[in-house]
Amino acid sequence: MMNLPLLIVLTAVKITLVLVVFLTAIAYTVLMERKVLGFIQLRYGPNRVGPWGLLQPLADLIKLLFKEDFTPPQVNKVLFVLAPIITAVTAFLPFAVIPFAQNLLPPCFTIFGQEVDLTVAALNQGVIADINVGLLYVFAMSSLAVYGAVLGGWASNNKYSLLGGLRLSAQMISYELALGLSVIGVLMFAGSLSLVKIVEAQKSMWFIVYQPLGFLLFFISALAECARTPFDLIECENELVAGFQTEYSSMKWALFMLGEYCHIIVASALATTLFLGGWQGPLLPPIAWFVIKTFALVFVFIWFRGTFPRFRFDQLMYLGWKVLLPLGLLNILVTGAIILFLQR
Amino acid sequence: MIIPLIKGLATTLRMVFTKPITLQYPEEKKEMTPRWRGHPELTVNEDGSRRCVACTLCMVVCPSNAIKGIVPAEGPEHEKYPTAFTIDLTRCIFCGFCQEACPKGAIKLNRLYELAQYDKNLLIMDIDRATQPKSELRRPDWL
Repeated sequence: MMNLPLLIVLTAVKITLVLVVFLTAIAYTVLMERKVLGFIQLRYGPNRVGPWGLLQPLADLIKLLFKEDFTPPQVNKVLFVLAPIITAVTAFLPFAVIPFAQNLLPPCFTIFGQEVDLTVAALNQGVIADINVGLLYVFAMSSLAVYGAVLGGWASNNKYSLLGGLRLSAQMISYELALGLSVIGVLMFAGSLSLVKIVEAQKSMWFIVYQPLGFLLFFISALAECARTPFDLIECENELVAGFQTEYSSMKWALFMLGEYCHIIVASALATTLFLGGWQGPLLPPIAWFVIKTFALVFVFIWFRGTFPRFRFDQLMYLGWKVLLPLGLLNILVTGAIILFLQR
Repeated sequence: MIIPLIKGLATTLRMVFTKPITLQYPEEKKEMTPRWRGHPELTVNEDGSRRCVACTLCMVVCPSNAIKGIVPAEGPEHEKYPTAFTIDLTRCIFCGFCQEACPKGAIKLNRLYELAQYDKNLLIMDIDRATQPKSELRRPDWL
């Protein structure tokens, strides 16, 4: 325990590094979305700021920082400020348990003549926290995200915001179920909730091969959880102006946006971890495989946005409760039966 | 039910790999069609002399009084030509009536479209600035 301060510092450094890389990735996901949508619509997308538009996220950030941070007079001040913070923070938190590489550092090293054991708190691994209830933690945190939207919608004291918030809460509750059921097949194969163990269990074969339906259900539910097209009813412009973010401006709005894109990356990273073998892959370093797989899924998110129109609200509920939920249960049943049959 | 969704995805993916149809405007400029109605200007002969005979038909036909101040003069062989001619682009409505009225083809609408100016006086063109040196698409700093 002599090394406790050092370990705390190392953990803080690791978390900071991951967070900085993650924030940059979010900023560039926004650029990627605008670029890909542009290509889909036979445009170029942003290409004025910097070469190939690469400095666009920076320009957007500066613009947002200098915009007026307006708080409407009728709002509930505390909740109004709290809502975007909750959204952004709960969007970040699930990434803590997602393994993005195998081993970053050797198990132990010597500094100032002291032996430092890096296996404590998974410091040498490519994951911030390898906890044994990893997946439960992810679902708990992503469920908390709904509070940001609901509080934002409530505190804005505006009918459009309130409707947006209510829609999101209904949507999240409906699709949380399908999301939870879709991964149970994976848990049956891996036999653990720890995401690190799940990745290791996919050494011989990715789980998408055993669980194609599970992956499909997971991805559709993840789209709904992130409130992305075709499930972006919470902010559909033609009905609700901008949903729960109607009254927000400047950095508060930027935090909502940050949360949204963070959700996309986390959902993609989670799908990669659960179904696509995580960081495992030949030749390239593990972290490269993780990034490639994750951003391939982010591309699919954007691709869907560029292709599909929005669901009607009753269609959304129908799909969630009458299609995805039974299919999820069926998937569990079939998977369980096969596993039981193979064990005989 | 699934097939139309996949078809849609295929269409959008194909578009990703299709060349954008965007014209990078300030760098690339669109060549307007020959019938494009830009602003009126005085055309010249092969030898560089103006074709205008100062008949003032264009001035008469102009519905917005954009053409004014035509001062005729007479040459050694009794040919008429203008010594002053004003085209006021702040009044011009680009209708092309002057071009239709002209018996000599001496005033024509060109193919310019970037006509905005910071200085309003630049848009009121005297005879020299209203004369077109050669028929080609010129840049707005010409005005």
